[in-house]
Amino acid sequence: MFELSPTDWMAIEVTLKLAIYTTLILLVIATPIAWWLANGRAPGGLRTAVQALVALPLVLPPTVLGFYLLVLLGPAGPVGSTLESWGLNHLAFTFQGILIASVIYSLPFAVQPLQQAFANLGRRPTEIAGSLGAGRMDRFFTVILPMSRGGFIVAATLAFAHTLGEFGVILMLGGAIPGETQVLSILIYDHAEAMDFASAHRLSLGLLIFAFVVLFVVYAINRRFDTVRL
Amino acid sequence: MSDGLRIQARLERPGFALDVDTAIPLEGVTALFGRSGCGKTTLLRIIAGLEHPPGAELHFGNTVWQSGKTFVPLHRRRVGLVFQESTLLPHLSVRGNLLYGYKRTPEPLRRLHLDEVADLLGIDELLERRAEALSGGQRQRVALGRALLTSPDLLLLDEPLNALDTQTKREIMPFLARLSEETGIPTLLVTHAPDEVERLAHRVAFMHQGRLERLEPLREALARADSPLFRDEGAVSVLQGELGPPDEHGLHPFGPPEARYRVPTTPGATNGAGNQARLRIDARDVSLALTAPEDVSILNILPVTIESRDEAPGHHGPARVLVTCRQDDGQTLMAELTRLSTERLRLKPGTRAHALVKSVAFLD
Repeated sequence: MFELSPTDWMAIEVTLKLAIYTTLILLVIATPIAWWLANGRAPGGLRTAVQALVALPLVLPPTVLGFYLLVLLGPAGPVGSTLESWGLNHLAFTFQGILIASVIYSLPFAVQPLQQAFANLGRRPTEIAGSLGAGRMDRFFTVILPMSRGGFIVAATLAFAHTLGEFGVILMLGGAIPGETQVLSILIYDHAEAMDFASAHRLSLGLLIFAFVVLFVVYAINRRFDTVRL
Repeated sequence: MSDGLRIQARLERPGFALDVDTAIPLEGVTALFGRSGCGKTTLLRIIAGLEHPPGAELHFGNTVWQSGKTFVPLHRRRVGLVFQESTLLPHLSVRGNLLYGYKRTPEPLRRLHLDEVADLLGIDELLERRAEALSGGQRQRVALGRALLTSPDLLLLDEPLNALDTQTKREIMPFLARLSEETGIPTLLVTHAPDEVERLAHRVAFMHQGRLERLEPLREALARADSPLFRDEGAVSVLQGELGPPDEHGLHPFGPPEARYRVPTTPGATNGAGNQARLRIDARDVSLALTAPEDVSILNILPVTIESRDEAPGHHGPARVLVTCRQDDGQTLMAELTRLSTERLRLKPGTRAHALVKSVAFLD
């Protein structure tokens, strides 16, 4: 029953690669955004606008996001055509393309737990560290990071897990090129369409168990850090 | 250090405006005193570099901290910060906290070291504990030690005793009092508690509605009847003098012969006999008599000269009067009386009288 085909393995590899890269990129991008949202001194209107923008992928149909990214990154789009004029390839139907899409799509899942963690932390610890001679980067690695560890773990796990479940955006932008853009969720859809229910079931069950384990771990960590904080 | 700490800053927030132009001497302890919302914490934050009001000018001695486009960030100003709530880094031990700033201080600038600071603050026993396992008073001492270990050029204390209970406050006061004296680091103390000012400060900056109204030595601030220090808890006098060895009744002489008190001491209240000490006398514990009474239980009866009569601070209306007296050694003694009594005794500036001091307390 759990014999996987080479196509299945390739999809698993693409999926994991996509999820890992997305998570790493998101941790880098989401951290400053979350800090700014939690502690920044920008006027309230601008902050609210950015907050809404970040949360947009939560409510938008994935096809809408995928459609605009296809237009933007494709050969006729502003980004795609610029890349082509530089002698590079446009990004539609490429791994890089779906990576960009994943990062945008999972952004709220990384930003929100971090923002929560930073808001709980407040400005005081960084002010203190600054008065003790620590510069910005120093402060981040020796104070903010260890004190918001829980937030980072939750953000990374949610970004990773959410990327695993991505479907609509990738279908619009990436299609289903094996080894390039065919991720698990797409492959399951293909299996089901081809009436290969056994294969679809194998992958689906695997994903289901994996997702449950991931969420279980996140909530367990969350609870531990909550009790520590109280 | 020329001109001390020069500050010129304006800051507008909804419902609040700060406008300060002053120079604070860089020696001893300067208290920033005022009610909550008067801007004292904001001023402290500007000095620390935690606020960046455009157009402000900030000079620390010969060093520019803020001027035009120059802005020295907090971590390069070499200031020690202690806030009212616990700010120990919870993921580090006490030792880790203490050394956080020490490790980041360039070696040639390190003047204070772990052993002496731990000793000064009485925290040697706590070094291996987790920050979260400490009591409130211990945390504040560690926070002080951590700031000291950066060998700062300036110590900024924002109501460091405010969150502590009375007992703990009493425990920490002596450490704070010794701090600036033993380390020589100029200190700014933000507070709204008159007793902290009397106990710790050498001079006071009075702040009111975003302005620094007056900067004067503590002695002068305690010698005028309209001092903001007296506004909430009534007038007090703080007398400086030498404490002698106890007589056969267990009473210590305090002050020169022409203004001599005899006071009982409690163990630990002073550093022992033969030392400089400070007495705090509540104006409400002082009565005046035109002739020296013979048969009263009050021990301390001193000749004084009336200097002035003012309305008593607080909310007593016109019924109570604050009489400023000069002791024969030149120190000021305040007495709060009813208006009726002052009129009956015909107390006027220049009148000679006897002050009956009912109770005294040591400050150090």
